[in-house]
Parts: sequence; C-alpha cells; structure tokens
Amino acid sequence: MKFETPAGDNPIDRMTVVGRAHARIDGPLKTTGTAPYAYEHHREIADPAYGYVVGAAIGKGRISAIDLTQAKAAPGVIAIVTADNAGKLGKGKFNTVKLLGGPEIDHYHQAVAIVVAETFEQARAAAALVRLDYARAEGRFDLDTALKTAPLAGGSSDEGSGSPGVDRVGQFEQAFAAAPVKLDAHYSTPDQSHAMMEPFASIAAWRGDELTVWTSNQMIAWGHGDLARTLGIPKEKIRFLSPYVGGGFGGKLFLRTDAVLAALGARAAGRPVKVALQRPLIPNNTTHRPATRQHIRIGATKDGTITAIAHDSGSGDQPGGEPETAVNQTKLLYAGANRRISMHLAVLDLPEGNAMRAPGEAPGMMALEIAIDEMAEKLGMDPIAFRIKNDTQVDPEKPERRFSERQLVRCLEDGAKRFGWSRRNPKPAQVRDGRWLVGMGVAAAFRNHINMASGARVRLGQGGVVTVETDMTDIGTGSYTIIAQTAAEMMGVPVDAVVVKLGDSRFPVSAGSGGQFGAANATAGVYAACVKLREAVAQRLGFNSADTVFEGGKVRSGNRSTDLAQAANAGELVAEDKIEFGKLGDTYQLSTFGAHFVEVGVDAFTGVTRVRRMLAVCAAGRILNPQTARSQVIGAMTMGVGGALMEELAVDTRFGFFVNHDLAGYEVPVHADIPHQEVVFLDEADDKANPMKAKGVGELGLCGVGAAVANAVYNATGVRVRDYPITLDKHLERLPALV
Amino acid sequence: MPNMPEPVVSRRGVLAGGAATAVVAASPANAARVGERPAADPAPVKVSFKVNGERRDLALDARTTLLDALREHLHLTGTKKGCDHGQCGACTVLVDGVRINSCLSLAVMHEGDDVTTVEGLGTPEKLHPLQAAFVKHDGYQCGYCTPGQICSAVGVLDEIKRGVPSHVQGDIAASPAFSNIEVRERMSGNICRCGAYSNIAEAIADVAGGKA
Repeated sequence: MKFETPAGDNPIDRMTVVGRAHARIDGPLKTTGTAPYAYEHHREIADPAYGYVVGAAIGKGRISAIDLTQAKAAPGVIAIVTADNAGKLGKGKFNTVKLLGGPEIDHYHQAVAIVVAETFEQARAAAALVRLDYARAEGRFDLDTALKTAPLAGGSSDEGSGSPGVDRVGQFEQAFAAAPVKLDAHYSTPDQSHAMMEPFASIAAWRGDELTVWTSNQMIAWGHGDLARTLGIPKEKIRFLSPYVGGGFGGKLFLRTDAVLAALGARAAGRPVKVALQRPLIPNNTTHRPATRQHIRIGATKDGTITAIAHDSGSGDQPGGEPETAVNQTKLLYAGANRRISMHLAVLDLPEGNAMRAPGEAPGMMALEIAIDEMAEKLGMDPIAFRIKNDTQVDPEKPERRFSERQLVRCLEDGAKRFGWSRRNPKPAQVRDGRWLVGMGVAAAFRNHINMASGARVRLGQGGVVTVETDMTDIGTGSYTIIAQTAAEMMGVPVDAVVVKLGDSRFPVSAGSGGQFGAANATAGVYAACVKLREAVAQRLGFNSADTVFEGGKVRSGNRSTDLAQAANAGELVAEDKIEFGKLGDTYQLSTFGAHFVEVGVDAFTGVTRVRRMLAVCAAGRILNPQTARSQVIGAMTMGVGGALMEELAVDTRFGFFVNHDLAGYEVPVHADIPHQEVVFLDEADDKANPMKAKGVGELGLCGVGAAVANAVYNATGVRVRDYPITLDKHLERLPALV
Repeated sequence: MPNMPEPVVSRRGVLAGGAATAVVAASPANAARVGERPAADPAPVKVSFKVNGERRDLALDARTTLLDALREHLHLTGTKKGCDHGQCGACTVLVDGVRINSCLSLAVMHEGDDVTTVEGLGTPEKLHPLQAAFVKHDGYQCGYCTPGQICSAVGVLDEIKRGVPSHVQGDIAASPAFSNIEVRERMSGNICRCGAYSNIAEAIADVAGGKA
C-alpha cells in the first residue's frame, strides 16, 4: 500500500480498540520471567558452550603478539577465535568500526578474542589467560583539542535525523549584529551510554552452512544483513531472531560483536555457543551518544521577536563516522528570518559514537532550550510567552512547507495551567522550602516523525484467530500490544483473538524499533496487510469488499452477516503487504511537539538537586495506546533527568577510554531520583502521517526535559550551568549565601 | 596523526611500570598471574537447596554464582543477569525470605537454603498480586529488570512489616511506615533504564493498600 494522499476515514477511526489503554499482552510473560530473552533459549539449544569476550586493553595501536598457550590448555576450553584465525571478515554497512579487532586496534575494549569453553566459569578463567602484547600508538582522545581543527560536516544518524554541513537563511551575521537583545553562549553535553538492562547477548547455532542466531537487536533486517556481510555468507543462510529485547535505546540498532563472535565461536567449536557481552565491556566496546560542544547565538527585537539564530555543534567520532546532529531542531522549532546552522566533526579514536535515543535532538534540545530560557530572561519575558511569540506553523527554511500538525503553543499553555506555572517566581533564587532552594523550569519538546516502509503478514486461521507476523521488535515500547490492537480493530475481533509474532528474519521486513518511528510505521504496515486480508475474507465469503464491515467477530455486507471465523473454514487465509510512502512527508513537515515542566529542589547546603514534580504535555498524532505511550514518555523523562543531573561517560584523554564503564560508575536515575510523573496527550490525528494517523512519541519525551531540569535548577539557585550534567560541584560555590 | 616512536608495550611491561595502570586494570588479563600454569578444574562441589519449594541437588563448579546456577543449570531464566557485579538488581531473588543479589553469592553458599525466584511467585495463568499490579500499572517496559523489581518489592514490603529501618526514616528507632519515598529509597538498588519508576511505585502502593 502506498500512502500518497492524506488518510481519509478508515476502520481505525472507530477507535474501539486502538486509542484505548490496554495492558501489555506480553505482561504476564514479562512479570513471571517466562518471556525468553536472547541468552535464554534452553528449549531450543540444550547444550551450548559458553563464550567469553576479551576486549583490547589499549585505545589505539596494534597487537604485537598473541600467546594463547595457557588459555588453550585451561580446563574446558574448546576454541579460541581471534582475528588471526577468524578467516576473512567483512564489515557491516551500519558499523563504523569492525567488530573483531586485531592486529590493528581501533578503540579501547574493541573485541580481540572470544574464548569458548564448556562452562561460563571455565571460559571466564581461560579468557584471563589470553596473553596479548600491544604496541600502543598515539590516539586522538580529546574532543576539545580535536575540534580546534575539525572541518564542517553534514550528517545523518542513519535513522532519519539528517542535516547538511551549513544551512543559511538570510543574513545571520548582519541581523545578529543589529539585534538590540543578544545571547551568545556555549554549552556542552557529555558522552552518554545507553546502559540498557539486558547486555548485548547472542546464541549462535550452525547446522551445516546454515546459521541461527538468537540475539537482542532492535532492527532485525539491519542486523541480519550486516551479520551476513560480516561473515561473508548469503543472508538467506541466516535466521536472525529477537523476540524479546531487554532495552536498546539505539545501542541495539546495529549488529554488535556478541552476534559475530557467537557465530565465529560456534563455527570453531562445532557446537552452539552463547555469549553475553560482560557489563564492564559494554560502554567502551559498543556505541555511545557522542559528546557535543554547542555554540548558540540568538538576536531579537525588544518585543521578543527572534531576528537571528545560529546554532553550531561540534562532536567527534571514529574515522568514517558521523556527527551528532544536535542542530536538527533549531532548523524547525522557532521562527526567525536570518539563520545559520552548522556542524563540525572531529576524528577521534574513542569508541564508536552513534545513535542513542533521539540522536541529535536530545543533546541539541538540552542546549537550545537553555538558550531560549536565557534569552527570555534578557528580554524580561516569561519563557513560555517568548516561545509562543516565536512559534511558526511553517518550516522557517522553506515557508511553503507547513507542519502537518503543530500544537506546541497548546502544549505550553495547557501545561502551564496544569503545572501552576503562574506560581513561579521569575526572579531566581527566591523560593525556599526549609533547606531547599525551589525552582520551576520549562522547555519545549520537539522531535521529527519519520516515515519508514514497513511490512507484515496476517493470517486468519481456524476459529477466527488472527495471527500477525512481522520482523518488528518490542524493545519495551509496547509493539506486541499496539500491533494486536491494530489487527483487532481492522478485523473486528477482540485483542485476545490476535496472536502477534515478532522479531524473526523469516517475517516481512518492518520499520524496526528506532528513531521513534517504530509504532506508527509498524502498525501502518499491519493496517496495510489487514486491508488485504479483509479483501480476501470478503472475496471468499462472496461479499462486496467495498462495503464490508468487520465488527464484533462478524463480517457484514448489506443485510448479510456471518462469523469471521467462517472465512477460514475452507483453509487459512494469508495476506501480506507493506506500507510505503509517497511525497507527503516532503510536502509537509511531520513533527511531534510537547512541553516539559519540572520543579526541583536544590539543597542550599550541599547543592544536591532533587526533582520534585514533572509534567509533559505532548501532541504526537493519534496515541495508539495511552498506557504504553505514557510509559514511553515517563521513561524518556527519567532518562532526561539522568542526562541533566548525572549521566556522563568520563573520558581518560591520556589512554583513550571511558573510565566509568559499568552500572556503578555510569550513574543513571534510580527509584529515589524520580517522583510521580504526569503525562498529558493532546487530541490529534495526523492524516498526513499514515493511515493510523499516528506519529512517534518515545523520543519526544526525552527532547527538552534535560533543559527543563536545568532551567528549574537555575530558577532555584540563580546559578546558570551550561555544561551537563549539572552536578553539585558546578554550582556549589556560587549558591546563595546561607544567612 | 603523529606516529609515536612508541616502545612495544607488553602486558608484563605494563604491569612493571606504573604509568599505564588504568589501562591494565580494566583488562581481564589482569586477573592472571603471568607464567602461572592453569590448574585443572577442581572436582564439582555438591550442594542442595530448595528453589520455589522444590529440593534441587546440584554438583557445581565452586565458582558458579547462585544466579548462574538458577539460569544455566536449573534453566530458571526469570532471574536476570544485567551486570553480574551487584550493580543493577536484575538478579534479585529471595533467600529464606530476604532479598539478595544472586550474582554476588556463590551457589555453594546456599546449602539448605530456601530460594524463591520470580517463577515461584506466580505463573502467567495465576499471577502473584505484585505481578498483577505491575501489569495493571504498566510497571515495566522492556521487562528485563522486572523479575528483580518484583522480587525486590516482595522483600521491601516484608522489610517494612518487620520494622527494618531505612535511610529516609525520620526516626531510625521508630517503626517504618509505608510511603512513596520509603518504597523509592528501598527499591533504589533495582535499576530500570526504561524508567518505569513512577508506575512501579504505584504498583507497589496498590498492593500495599494504596497508601503511597
């Protein structure tokens, strides 16, 4: 099905199942520990050997010698694979750096060997006996140094966030020079780690030249193709499965070393091998969100009209890598006649930078939305009023392009009322509650919606059971449930009459999970397949498909009505289709909007920040399941608190690695950090987006929340911190005097 | 990039010199005594404990954690390995009613113990009240930390009942009472990166009598 014109009325509009809160259909499995994740396929693989990964101990250089004598002689060892004996390996299309290092080492903890043994304990012990001698070379590990000579660069996150090197509209320099009110400020965001709870893990089993891999991956087709490319075998020889994914946040968009080494280890051992990447290897071995250094200039007239806006972001990555596109939102979020948007990309020898939840906008909004707060203060305006004053209903670079839907102003106004924004004292450091300095902050939320082709197969079987098969993944996003809801709505059956099968390369290729494009596109693909299945049902029943209604387990046409199940009496009906997109997404700008409100308390004695209240108001098209969508947003808000207050991969610029590379050193929010969170979805059905009239929401919730926290901290303390995370050392000495 | 006239750095060399300690400290080879012959595996150690009411007799490599005994030997994969270092709480189980990180405990230390895992609390067909509350309040997303959160919550409610004090109590000598902040403090060893905390707190409050 090609989506080329705005969606008209369709069966989803009934919203008898879609659009309603529904508990996750996989909930009983997840809460009882019976949903099988990547490392947990005992039923299929009875007697696996265990792999243990050895990571490079230098940041840059080469292996000068490998001595496996002791490791090979260790009890239980079956095989050891290094680059020396792995055979010729390719590199995945989506990988910047090869997944098995040696003899050249590209980054710290790059995998250099897998030790396969009878048991996990034996593999771990033997891995400690692998002797590697290194010749260390000088690496480029300091972003600030490297940015001094870094060239301009455009780039794409590979999941839809793209930006050219320099974008200009009008005459920024002249307009900025002439502006009566100006802001010229620098901001920084650190390297961040996805830190999903399930480690990267895979089980690989060969049968002859055919390979089955159970893994933990967000994008089955990308991982499947890249594993074939890396091993140099046809992808038809590989089955790639990921039915349950214990979190990804962008880290599992790509093929990673666990799958490659499990396959190589299993081939060398002659039996199935399971590998979980050890937690302390994850931050340096896998990808991370690159640090940014951002420069924002805004000029405005005294009435608060932005006349000039410039945003430059510098980041670094491995050779051949791409920039963190932190300037994306500044192209679209606010009006302004004169604009300059640019990025710089430095080459670094730190681990590979790549997409993490809302790549681009997440760190970009952290900076831009502080800058807007600062500018409002210079103008003596309320920060909400300043944002509303500069709202735009068209793409500021191409005014002929309208936003399909843009309810930013309503999000801000509605949120202000709900949150009690009028009680905020605009003068900072004025409100005390015992030992706490109390402040409120606001930020806009913004993230583009991305169209992705997405396929599905739908079966109508005995008893009227509808089975959906698609390689879509559920990474905690609720895919199982919203896909069941979509099929139920389309076929007129209850949700429990639908079986959803996901995450298998034998199923039609879907959008996959990333870039908040999963839910809307994957369900649109299921919609397309269901339209075909409805036609097949009508045809078999001899109904006129144009006026056939599917409702309450029945099929109706004119005055004829029959049970849907009857259509399968003569044998299962199968339909397959995919949603594809025409030019609507170019004609209109498809984006999602919101407003984040945060209240914090900062301890007047210690400078510790505690979040007291949080609210997000979102407008993101039709909300397919308000319960799971709300969970996406509160989860993103939580990650935003992490980014604002604690998350930072500390770089050792001497040796070139992230020092705090485990879940003790890399701090993420815990229960005690997060209060009750409120989320409101505004009514919206975006008929320019897809037949579901839905857009993404999982990343919107993250874009802006960090700045809302930062602005609240400033409102509490009067100390502006522009370098994330806002840890107490950055403002303690400048806090208001303790009388 | 300048090409350093770099001396060859060997593991032995790095160990001898102090400057590169940070590099070697993070390497698995650090655990090995250079030149030492690997010993043969010691004989398996027998251990018996109850898991979810059923007596299990195992002969294990003494290095096997309780977590790996459950997951890899008894195929009870409900208990999750998130970090294997006691940092995330995904492996939380109840031993004689008290919650522990099963990754920080060797299986052979549990002779005669009574271990309860998430599989022992309820089944998909017959959920434990906390499991049902997690479903109702959407107290999870990816589901990987969930068994640990639920086992931990069972332990927390019992700790409050037994009067075990916590860091956020106003009066350490008084009996703790159920509250949102009390639960959040006690649950803080269980990380949920999906960020379902707000919903988890409500699920636990629901079971505890809605007092949050």
